[in-house]
Amino acid sequence: MADYKMHLLVCGGTGCKASESEQVRDNLLAEVEKHDLSDEVQVVTTGCFGFCEKGPIVKVVPDNTFYVQVRPEDASTIVMEHLIKGRKVTHLLYKDPESEEPISDSKHMDFYKKQVRIALRNCGFINPEAIDEYIARDGYAALAKCLGEMTPQEVIDEIKRSGQRGRGGGGFPTGLKWEITSKSVADQKYVVCNADEGDPGAFMDRSILEGDPHSVIEAMAICGYCTASTKGLVYIRAEYPLAIQRLKTAIKQAREYGLLGENIFGTSFSFDISLRYGAGAFVCGEETALIHSMEGLRGEPTFKPPFPSEAGYLGKPTTVNNVETLASIPVIINKGADFFNSIGTEKSKGTKVFALAGKINNVGLIEVPMGTTLREVIFDIGGGIKGGKKFKAVQTGGPSGGCLTNSFLDTPIDYDNLIAAGSMMGSGGMIVMDEDDCMVSIAKFYLEFTLDESCGKCTPCRIGNKRLYEILDKITKGLGNEEDLTRLRSLCKVIKDTSLCGLGQTSPNPILSTLDNFYDEYLAHVRDHRCPAGQCKSLVKYTIDKDKCTGCTLCFRNCPVGAITGEKRSVHYIDNAICIKCGVCYEKCKFDAISVS
Amino acid sequence: MNKIKTLEDLKLLREGMQAKFKLRESGNNAENIVRIKVAMSTCGIASGAKEIMNFLIEELEQQAIEAVVTQTGCMGYCYAEPTIEVTVPGKEPIVFGEVDKHRAAEIIEKYIIHNELVDGILPMNYRTIDN
Repeated sequence: MADYKMHLLVCGGTGCKASESEQVRDNLLAEVEKHDLSDEVQVVTTGCFGFCEKGPIVKVVPDNTFYVQVRPEDASTIVMEHLIKGRKVTHLLYKDPESEEPISDSKHMDFYKKQVRIALRNCGFINPEAIDEYIARDGYAALAKCLGEMTPQEVIDEIKRSGQRGRGGGGFPTGLKWEITSKSVADQKYVVCNADEGDPGAFMDRSILEGDPHSVIEAMAICGYCTASTKGLVYIRAEYPLAIQRLKTAIKQAREYGLLGENIFGTSFSFDISLRYGAGAFVCGEETALIHSMEGLRGEPTFKPPFPSEAGYLGKPTTVNNVETLASIPVIINKGADFFNSIGTEKSKGTKVFALAGKINNVGLIEVPMGTTLREVIFDIGGGIKGGKKFKAVQTGGPSGGCLTNSFLDTPIDYDNLIAAGSMMGSGGMIVMDEDDCMVSIAKFYLEFTLDESCGKCTPCRIGNKRLYEILDKITKGLGNEEDLTRLRSLCKVIKDTSLCGLGQTSPNPILSTLDNFYDEYLAHVRDHRCPAGQCKSLVKYTIDKDKCTGCTLCFRNCPVGAITGEKRSVHYIDNAICIKCGVCYEKCKFDAISVS
Repeated sequence: MNKIKTLEDLKLLREGMQAKFKLRESGNNAENIVRIKVAMSTCGIASGAKEIMNFLIEELEQQAIEAVVTQTGCMGYCYAEPTIEVTVPGKEPIVFGEVDKHRAAEIIEKYIIHNELVDGILPMNYRTIDN
């Protein structure tokens, strides 16, 4: 075997692949070959590093050099300069956003300093398509330990003691869920991995499956052992082709090693996993709807109880766990419950992965201990707001969550605190908004999503949300009145109280939380017919300042609808009846003569 | 591919793999282990830095000393190539000049293992922007 002195880790997550990381890897391989370094330098495709903002990422170990936004044509420079001459390629290094100083070692980047990676432990570190690399990182040792040294009940007790709660959004204690299934009596039981990640802006489950599929497979087998299930199913959305492909490869390798199949580790325990594809319906993340979809029925939720742990897939007891929940299980077994429950807050243990998106400098995937504050996440790890603008709100929990303002920035993040603050953990999407975002429009955006995704089974969700949307639409068009705000609130309450499943029960959250936190903004829309953020197009009016206009005709020439009139070298006018509020004139004017109101 | 039938099989495979993997693990834990930088610019390579680097890696591995050996650019001591900078955890980095295999072995034996100083230390004649 070649004795490598250096490894080049190239990110192979979906984000980096979209910006040609495969070409980067191929070019690096070719350059390494060309300079006869194949025996010394290993080029490895890994999962997501989390720093998606600056992808594609190439990391050189052992010196931990972190190259960002690497283009395929940079490959020869990296090989020539770094590998052969030992000089770091400065222009590819990450630059500290404030001091502009290049940072070569990823350990010195604020982005990584505060992170604790448990679920993401192998993402960006191992090759997800090589089971050996997973095994080198203690992979399948937890399964071996469970099968060899522990009874199913002992494993369940360990998970219970770790305090882990479901990472998919509900926060139900994982150990308890397993225990209920283990106590249900049936000839066949199932383990289901819920990989139907549907929140807008959330991509942690995809990244785990792309970067470390074996951790999920191992955890499913452990769950199978605890609950006496022999069949595992992964319900994954068909829109995740790379995750599906890596998962398939991983399952195949695990079977070849005998880590899936009959008599695992020479014991009487047998377990195998197959995949089920979802068509990307948000409601199918709800466990009963997910199970119906897997059975070939319509993806509609049904009333609980009975819970899936008692009667789930094909009427048999079924444990449904989210990807991120499963990915942490091997660590809990290997390092012990005490390691896990020493991290986090009183009622939320361990770490949580968040997908940072929106108007934030470091868009990406992060994992922090429960109890980290929003301020640390947004300003330290996330690098603050884009373009130096002012922070306005952060949306957590996707369409079921709410918007949190400045006053919540120092709240430690955990399940209970977020609910008390009027939002929720959800699957971990975090969308950051700045002063240019109109909160009424944001609420409307989420409602539009829920409207699309409502399965239509129960009336409050199907019709109630439609009415909510209509009221919001009216308000953003400047046609609302103050009574609408009262109606909004009472309708929200009814939908929350009477909907069948989690989707309907939480769909009014974005409206309620914005009503609570940004009531002034709603008032401005209905009272003064004004949008303070200038985002609601119907409420915006562009006017030309007579004193400043020089009659250069630039706006006249650029207006796409011919709403501007005026002779050369004389003042121009905007006809607001024709204007479509595209803002082109405002951007083009060189004399600051156009104002928005 | 052999099936993994017992815990022993898994352990064996893991140990075999961990050797290949040590490089990445060490990179993750660099502050706590010995770090050696080998100056590998044109002058360094011409005076045999590449062989010294290979020698250091093999020797440290044989003696089971956890270390990260990386290459770096010209340190500016071209008169004394090959040069290496050795950082023992908790100590200031020290640069050794004119390192041949014999001296490399001596540095490992005396400085890294027994903490005795060895002849041929080059004075640090500049500061970097880091400190």
